[in-house]
Amino acid sequence: MTVAQTRPPHDKFVKQLESAVVRFAGDSGDGIQLVGMQLSRACALFGNDVCTYPDYPAEIRAPAGSLGGVSGFQIHFASRCIYTPGDRVHTLVALNPAALKTNLPDVEPGGTLLVNEDAFDEAGLTKAEYASNPLEDGSLKEWRLWRVPMTRANRDALAGLDLNLKAVDRSRNFFALGLVYWLYDRPIEPTLQWIRHKFAKDPLVAEANARSLQAGYAFGDSSPLSSTRYGVAPASLTRGWYRMLTGNEATALGLVTAAQRAGKPLLYAGYPITPANEILHELARYKHFGVQTLQAEDEIAAIGAAVGAAFGGIFAASGTSGPGASLKTEMLGFAVMTELPLVLIDVQRGGPSTGLPTKTEQADLALALFGRHGECPMPVLAPATPSDCFWIVLEAFRIAIRYMTPVFVLSEAYLANGAERWKIPEADDLPAIDVTYCTDRESFQPYLRDDRLSRPWAIPGTPGLEHRVGGLEKEHITGKVTYDPDNHERMVDLRARKIAGIADDIPPLEIQGPTSGELLVVSWGGPYGAVRTACEQCRNEGVGVSHTHFRHLNPLPRNTREVLAAFRRILVCELNAGQFRRYLQSQFPIEATGCARVRGKPLTVADIRTAIERTLTGMR
Amino acid sequence: MQDTPVTPNPMDLATEEKPRWCPGCGNYAVLAQLRKLLPTLGIPRENFVFVSGIGCSSRLPYYINTYGMHAIHGRAPTIATGLKCARPELSVWVITGDGDGLSIGGNHFIHAIRRNIDIKILLFNNRIYGLTKGQYSPTSELGKRTKSSPCGTIERPLGTVSLALGAGATFVGRAIDTDAVHLAGVLERAARHRGTAVVEIYQDCNVFNPGGFTCAADREAWQERIVYLEHGRPLVFGKNRDKGIRLNGLVPEVVTIGKDAGKDDLLIHDEKARSPAPAFILSQMQYPDAPEPMGVFRCVEHPCFDERMREQVTTAVDRQGKVNLAKLFHNGDTWAVE
Repeated sequence: MTVAQTRPPHDKFVKQLESAVVRFAGDSGDGIQLVGMQLSRACALFGNDVCTYPDYPAEIRAPAGSLGGVSGFQIHFASRCIYTPGDRVHTLVALNPAALKTNLPDVEPGGTLLVNEDAFDEAGLTKAEYASNPLEDGSLKEWRLWRVPMTRANRDALAGLDLNLKAVDRSRNFFALGLVYWLYDRPIEPTLQWIRHKFAKDPLVAEANARSLQAGYAFGDSSPLSSTRYGVAPASLTRGWYRMLTGNEATALGLVTAAQRAGKPLLYAGYPITPANEILHELARYKHFGVQTLQAEDEIAAIGAAVGAAFGGIFAASGTSGPGASLKTEMLGFAVMTELPLVLIDVQRGGPSTGLPTKTEQADLALALFGRHGECPMPVLAPATPSDCFWIVLEAFRIAIRYMTPVFVLSEAYLANGAERWKIPEADDLPAIDVTYCTDRESFQPYLRDDRLSRPWAIPGTPGLEHRVGGLEKEHITGKVTYDPDNHERMVDLRARKIAGIADDIPPLEIQGPTSGELLVVSWGGPYGAVRTACEQCRNEGVGVSHTHFRHLNPLPRNTREVLAAFRRILVCELNAGQFRRYLQSQFPIEATGCARVRGKPLTVADIRTAIERTLTGMR
Repeated sequence: MQDTPVTPNPMDLATEEKPRWCPGCGNYAVLAQLRKLLPTLGIPRENFVFVSGIGCSSRLPYYINTYGMHAIHGRAPTIATGLKCARPELSVWVITGDGDGLSIGGNHFIHAIRRNIDIKILLFNNRIYGLTKGQYSPTSELGKRTKSSPCGTIERPLGTVSLALGAGATFVGRAIDTDAVHLAGVLERAARHRGTAVVEIYQDCNVFNPGGFTCAADREAWQERIVYLEHGRPLVFGKNRDKGIRLNGLVPEVVTIGKDAGKDDLLIHDEKARSPAPAFILSQMQYPDAPEPMGVFRCVEHPCFDERMREQVTTAVDRQGKVNLAKLFHNGDTWAVE
């Protein structure tokens, strides 16, 4: 589909906004994610920049109507480039009282509440633990309340279709979507097409969903309740092809691409764990790219299979989340010792232990950097945005192969589930990954290092290169088992220097804003978008605040010291209790404070603005 | 078709590393048989890979001049699985022990078997932790006194063969280090099996658990305490071949041939039986209640995991055509900005 960069025709009642944030909320069985995806698709096709973020309950189906069973999906769309799914909600679509109650705190004052009043009966209110009906007790005065009898209106719209009541009510989500399309002046045609395609095998369901969508739109048009509609014009985007991509989809694409650009097969092994599963699901569909996926018996087996595949000479990766990352640490140490190339993706979630399985956090940094026994250095990378997961995986494999090392990638639930616009690259322009196996039996020594201190990749099946590797310390060059004290010290040093040397082979830090001054705001991982937005806002308001972002966490870029030293104060923003700040402070003599939250939610622009103001005030 | 010829000059499979096992350790015997066997299999030396865990037996890869990986405790089957998927043409062997394979690595052991991935698992069972100097293992007899069980163990031992059968093994054999000829035969059968082949090797640790297998205390006794399994043949044992095993319902009993029973009454071994139940009954026979079976308990055909995984990839490639990243990138909802 092609987007013309012209403003849509609109009537005088359409109030133009630069951006809008809509959140759908309802029971986890209400199809919230589905309509959320459709709105983001409609906005993207319309030409807006779009960021989305879902919010699932941990339980698949908590009791209907209960506070624990509320599922949400937030869409931020704009006529300019945006980097976050938005701090505050402009319009909340609440399909039941529990959805209203749990999401209301995030709705900005004056925002719109689009509420299914039919669900606010005694049973619904009781399940949501409301003492009185919020639609009637005046407690929602701060907001623009739009009571819609969604269930009844939807049933009316579908009258005459040969569907039972349960099936009729199932398409209520599309009624709500239609209302939002009306409210934000979105074209409904792309979604109607999608419905016809998606439910082609079940024309009755297709018809029901299509009618619901149209009925919702028409309800908005004819309702006296809202006189104002909003418009968000298309953004000025670089020419090219685009698609929406979640972080986990991007990770899977990156893994396939890395292997393809090296002309090697890929083996990905994983064990079911939230929020990393989609990587396994996606890759299982890419078998025609020579991808083998292995659902292992446990987390250790998954990383073990990756080690075996790497020993065999193919591209090997495993993905998991915190609890799984803990289990894999011994095998990672083994991969460090045997110096085999593989990539581990840890999609971080709230911890410790089972913690907050569906919520985001960045508290596995210390585990990635230091969480193995012995002196066990490993490169650590972190993507900045959902689509950056694609690029970070390519980078991880480049480093893994070039330096014969496992690489730890720290993704996050926020990035994994969040989606953004991805400018589709030209496949042929992507960097090729050069793989050279050792075949020379004259010169071969298992631990003979090249100028990068990398050892040869000599794979089974190569005549004359038969050798043994293992977890026992090996003699420098020959790889024989040895307990020689000087050799061990030398090998510890070589392994450390090899990883430290990668710093010469990665891009330097970039600074947005002045390159020196009072305050540098530092981010790594998912907070990138919010920090960038907050700093841009500050600079637009005349406050000189700079921003730098780390994608390489070990080793750090060569100019880190220089960049940090140019500022009087450093503010490190992260979703943990200050792990990256302390890591930086342990290496550089800096005055640093933290904007460190652990609420299971992404950092907001407001969080960072507050931290910036607090820091600047404290410095005066 | 001719049989694979036996290599006249077996390649030198010794490495520079000198085995560091205790004098008299049964591991030497297994190593010797492997070095003899490999050249006869028609597989180039560079295509053998030995993957081991941790324990005395797991040092074996260092002493055999093929590709090898001395991995971490219990995890060798996981590495072997990844390797075999990546490189199906390789002959992948796992060397493990009773502690490595059945305790810390028990999960991987059963799942490798369940998948029937084409790897060979040699489990050296000495009923003790030798490398850590003498703690009881998951196969130690109930009541065994060791450094970590001075009052005797209170845990029942795990049967390797029973466990493997329970996990759906397509090949399970058992041999004893002191019977080199028989060991060689079982190892060869395992090597030629397609699928996960498990061989339990009874093996004495003469430092920390001497006489661990009373069934095989000495050659004289062993004829009365061991019954060799031969496919399609009745279970007969004893110095004078005058004893046999008869099934009484589901209970095996020892009978004297000619006195308690005729030859026709004896249990006929069927390693290809549709059900693993008869093999399981055999796997539960233990000295001194019954002679302990040696040989191939079960050998059946079933598709291998690695083979089927490859099939899925091949089918997908055939169905979806030539690999094209651009097509993958543009899959789904895309839009152009002009």
